[in-house]
Amino acid sequence: MPVKDQVIAIVAEQALLAPGDINMTDTPVDLGLDSLGLVEIVFAVEETFDVTVPFNANEPNTGDFDISTVASIVAGVERLVAEQKA
Amino acid sequence: MRRVVITGSGTINPLGHSVAATLEAMREGRCGIGPLDIRDVDRLQIQIGGQVRDYDETTHFNRQQISLYDRFTQFTLLSAREAVAQSGLNFSGELADRSGVVFGTSGGGLNTQDENYRAVYEEGKNRVHPFIVPKLMNNAAASHVSMEFNLRGPSFTVATACASSNHAMGQAFNMVRSGMADVMLTGGSEAMLCFGGIKAWEGLRVMSKDGCRPFSATRNGMVQGEGAGVFVFEDRDHAIARGAEILCEVAGFAMSSDASDIVTPSKQGAARAIAGALKDARMNGEDVGYINAHGTGTAANDKTECAAVADVFGAHADRLMISSTKSMHGHLIGGTGAVELLACIMALRDGIIAPTIGYEEPDPECALNVVPNVAQEATVDAVLSNAFAFGGFNAVLALRAAR
Repeated sequence: MPVKDQVIAIVAEQALLAPGDINMTDTPVDLGLDSLGLVEIVFAVEETFDVTVPFNANEPNTGDFDISTVASIVAGVERLVAEQKA
Repeated sequence: MRRVVITGSGTINPLGHSVAATLEAMREGRCGIGPLDIRDVDRLQIQIGGQVRDYDETTHFNRQQISLYDRFTQFTLLSAREAVAQSGLNFSGELADRSGVVFGTSGGGLNTQDENYRAVYEEGKNRVHPFIVPKLMNNAAASHVSMEFNLRGPSFTVATACASSNHAMGQAFNMVRSGMADVMLTGGSEAMLCFGGIKAWEGLRVMSKDGCRPFSATRNGMVQGEGAGVFVFEDRDHAIARGAEILCEVAGFAMSSDASDIVTPSKQGAARAIAGALKDARMNGEDVGYINAHGTGTAANDKTECAAVADVFGAHADRLMISSTKSMHGHLIGGTGAVELLACIMALRDGIIAPTIGYEEPDPECALNVVPNVAQEATVDAVLSNAFAFGGFNAVLALRAAR
């Protein structure tokens, strides 16, 4: 399964939605995700792809990992996976 | 109801191994946070903490004692020895039966758990030392203090995460005030700077990798610390009758529950505890010159706490001083309120307000006098000490100068 689809599945599970209901432009707020939900997504990503996500809940929008939309989360994970293979 | 005073204090924490050393460090705005020196630190994302340095358990305790005393119990006993010595009390006869212990801790003997889980899971051992249970249990520290000083009255342990010490001291205060006991040893202790203890906190993504900067716009999380603080709470008439030196008066206490979220703090819950402590102490908001903040250095706590203080105090919020000494000693979790009470006593007795160090840049959401970086001098007659725990449990103490 492509990284994008796996990330969407992870986000959908936390948001209690079907993967088909997730739009790439959705923000965490759109999906009803609070800070605990985001932390759980980050954890699931790390476990799924065996990567370390640089995410600090105190500054969710200032780290190297952009969680502002589903698309940015997917892009961030794709970059981490590519770096890991490099 | 009786009045309650503090006649003894003791501590060991990242700033020093005594009250005098700790207060000197707070006056000078010294930082006790640094690189962690623990096993497997290379496998941690978070590699800093407020550790008790230059500490060798064998200089204080013999081999048999060490087999029963986890690090959090050792810290408690050393602090209790200092506090009881200062109070001048000797517990025998009826006084012993009317004196007790109530301490706070969150993790209890977490180092003991960590070491022994490692032994059976990682090293594959099928046998552990016979005293693991009495060493790791949360009430071990209170029990050993009761045994060492012959305290035979009401005694127990309180575990409410980051508010444990304040809840414990609030219980001790009300037990002496109501006449249930004449003297209570109280405070709290924590020693969770071990691999498992930090790994668990790491998971929440609220820890800073580089320092604790409460109220600063540049803050990026909390830093864990370890240590203990112990106080002698005594019936004021009893203390006066024996000519004891009174450090300050414990005037009020209140607690509240947010009943909303397991980790996100609530302004209303914090405000209700602060206002409740003022009411219990029969204080006006204008009486309060200093608040020792919970001030963890997380984005959420500091702005919520400042908003709660602004709500309760109105215009006076801009005149009072509020600082977080966690910037210096880290967050001692279940022991934190006890060590922070020392800053309150320093404010009341010495007129010195401990600073919030590491302060770099104002945050409009924390626009109070947070005593940035350098201690301030001020005569204050009344202070508060805030503690707001995960789980939404809030506990606030109100103290008055002894004069």
